[in-house]
Amino acid sequence: MGASSTLLMVSHGHCLLCFSCLVTLIAHFESHLKPFLFFLSISLSLSFRRLSVSVLMGLRLPSKVLEHIISFIDANEDRNSVSLVCKSWFETERRTRRKVFVGNCYAVTPAAVARRFPKMRSLTLKGKPHFADYNLVPDGWGGYAWPWIEAMAAKTPSLEEVRLKRMVVTDECLEKIAASFKDFKVLVLTSCEGFSTDGLAAIAATCRNLRELELRECIVEDLGGDWLSYFPETLTSLVSLDFSCLDSEVKLSDLERLVSRSPNLKSLKLNRAVALDGLESLLRRAPQLVELGTGSFSDDLDQEALSKLAKAFAALKQLKCLSGLWDVLPEYIPLLYSVCPRLTSLNLSYATVQMPDLVDLLSRCSKLQKLWVMDLIEDKGLKAVASCCKELRELRVFPSGADLDETDVALTEQGLVSVSEGCPKLESVLYFCVQFTNTALVTIARNRPNFRCFRLCVMEPFAPDYRTQKPLDEGFKAIVERCKDLQRLSVSGLLTDKAFEYIGKHAKKLGMLSVAFAGDSDLMLHHLLSGCESLKKLEIRDCPFGDAALLENAAKLETMRSLWMSSCFVSFDACKILSQKMPRLNVEVIDEHPPETRPESSPVERIYIYRTVAGPRLDMPEFVWTIHKTPEIGVSNLAIKHCCGRFTFHTLYLISILFPLRC
Amino acid sequence: MEKVGVCDDFVNLKATELRLGLPGTEDGCEEEKEKITCGKSNKRALPETEKEIESTGKTETASPPKAQIIGWPPVRSYRKNSFQTKKNESEGQGMYVKVSMDGAPYLRKIDLTVYKQYLELMKSLENMFKFSVGEYFEREGYKGSDFVPTYEDKDGDWMLVGDVPWEMFVSSCKRLRIMKGSEVKGLGCGV
Repeated sequence: MGASSTLLMVSHGHCLLCFSCLVTLIAHFESHLKPFLFFLSISLSLSFRRLSVSVLMGLRLPSKVLEHIISFIDANEDRNSVSLVCKSWFETERRTRRKVFVGNCYAVTPAAVARRFPKMRSLTLKGKPHFADYNLVPDGWGGYAWPWIEAMAAKTPSLEEVRLKRMVVTDECLEKIAASFKDFKVLVLTSCEGFSTDGLAAIAATCRNLRELELRECIVEDLGGDWLSYFPETLTSLVSLDFSCLDSEVKLSDLERLVSRSPNLKSLKLNRAVALDGLESLLRRAPQLVELGTGSFSDDLDQEALSKLAKAFAALKQLKCLSGLWDVLPEYIPLLYSVCPRLTSLNLSYATVQMPDLVDLLSRCSKLQKLWVMDLIEDKGLKAVASCCKELRELRVFPSGADLDETDVALTEQGLVSVSEGCPKLESVLYFCVQFTNTALVTIARNRPNFRCFRLCVMEPFAPDYRTQKPLDEGFKAIVERCKDLQRLSVSGLLTDKAFEYIGKHAKKLGMLSVAFAGDSDLMLHHLLSGCESLKKLEIRDCPFGDAALLENAAKLETMRSLWMSSCFVSFDACKILSQKMPRLNVEVIDEHPPETRPESSPVERIYIYRTVAGPRLDMPEFVWTIHKTPEIGVSNLAIKHCCGRFTFHTLYLISILFPLRC
Repeated sequence: MEKVGVCDDFVNLKATELRLGLPGTEDGCEEEKEKITCGKSNKRALPETEKEIESTGKTETASPPKAQIIGWPPVRSYRKNSFQTKKNESEGQGMYVKVSMDGAPYLRKIDLTVYKQYLELMKSLENMFKFSVGEYFEREGYKGSDFVPTYEDKDGDWMLVGDVPWEMFVSSCKRLRIMKGSEVKGLGCGV
């Protein structure tokens, strides 16, 4: 950075700038450094969410000072921006980054990440595409945690936290973690698979300072409940334990002793096998719990046991989150009444609670911010929620029927309309419903323009507005027009290309979109790729797209994290062309049939396209084909090119503000 | 009602055909049809179980052939597995089809094999959806009511319920839709 005055432009979508701090800070430096002249010229252009500051500075900050300033910057987006300013800022930032987030484990190599961030303390990785949750990605596709663990064990042994989502984690991985990271503290595995309870035993036995062990909806080979007994008597640091996805019974006495010697335990989520008497004994030992996931809630209890349990619940003065409640019997619901007034999060999505027990429960939860429930709540129940739970921010309603698309249940679009009317803070919704209407969507949009996440799943594919038999285009148009902050959207029901024209036109902040059984032609994909400026993840299934829109909008794909398409009409030919045109995209064709055996123009089963600097991956199974080969591109280019987005460089440097606060 | 006429001929041909196999069963040419019609025409086709099994290479041995689409509704298998106990036993081997009625938010599923003839089916539908269906005339369709029962057959065509012999209907019916008056005029011209 030259000593001459440099124009620094601050333009960041998410930060507020504290001007007086900036001035003071710079003044502070002046007293310690040679008196460079600098001019502070601030021009504010305030829009609702952006602050632009132009600062003219002729100042060279010594690296120690720079390091100190940058250490205040926490958020990854901000740090990515900081790393773009110049080489020295890049170097300083990378040496100080402790929390690393990699949204697609194949976008970059583990070695590159380990090299770049030597002080890494926390690593968060995501593997398989989201549609893997619904069995659309065949087993063995990839997403292996091993290469990452191996690389970090070698290069960044001071790693303390590992958070993985949709990855394949083996017992070897877990053993390696236990053996390599001396101060390992946090392991959170979400929707992962490939390991057994033996791997858990290794973690339990070896990680002396373990704070968090959470298994969220993982598929674990359950070899028994012994793993819990491997926590040594000396382990007293536990803050959070979640083994709700395991089947086997753990030894209650071991669990009781573990809980007793963990004074910092704040979150405990039991599995279904823990019975009610076990629950009582655990609650007695941990009245400080903030989050509780019960086990099965259906044993036959006598009066004495019931009153003991009631007392145990009443003693949970700090409890904010409640979940579990498998098989809960209606007569046991009153046991929960004492904690209801303080609850901010309630997950009843595994509890077969019917109306009116649900209403009795929910009407007592006036502070509730997050509610996950099944459609057993019916329109009536949601109406009650709308009148009692004024703090509600997030609602998820899951289908309960065995076939998952049958309705014996009186849940219609009206339920969501009521909640949108009555809950002013509602910003995130996931709603499963058999059919819907445009009027309902328009009303919902009008009531709640503050949606950030709107996922509507009309379970009946191609279902039109059931009153007018028209497509739901107008309804979703209202949603994207009114909800200017919409970041995530799932659409469903009968939709024509028009709907996607509206989305492309209005959903400017949309980061993630899920589409199924919709549209008429390629135009739909074209609208999305050319219109949605902020689009990062797009997943599509069973839509009539062909090659044209994909090839025409190839450049867009490099600005996105990933695109998934299955059961569409993209040909292998097009995949080849796309791949050759865009060397920094991995175009994966996931198909049972080898490309030679199918005619070039026939549609491939699934495509997964993602940007990467790691080149084609080397761990593909036989049913995944990528077509190109590129030389490995260096990391420094990655930082600058990747995060470039819409910034304009020229001779201007970009600096993210020094004291960022998220709006 | 040209479509109906065409189908009558089709039906007659089929009726006189000599085949081995149980009455009412058809060849599995659904797969091919699915690949061609999906999205290319106005008629919407749902991917059937057979196609999905073939494409994923995994056999979903647990699920009975009830035209369930893979990964739909998008509920995680973890969540699905928790509720397997509910109704699986009672359903058995029937011919289940979905029934919708214009203006009603609900869908129902009925087992066609439970009924022996159209009259029984009509009565059951009338009860389920609280409407009445009027009288059926072979040439003119249904008279005397706003509601007309229709069904989608294997080829994706929408037909009036009652136009084909009962056995033929049971084997070719994919879903039922009780249309409301104004929509009925469009019948036969593509939905």
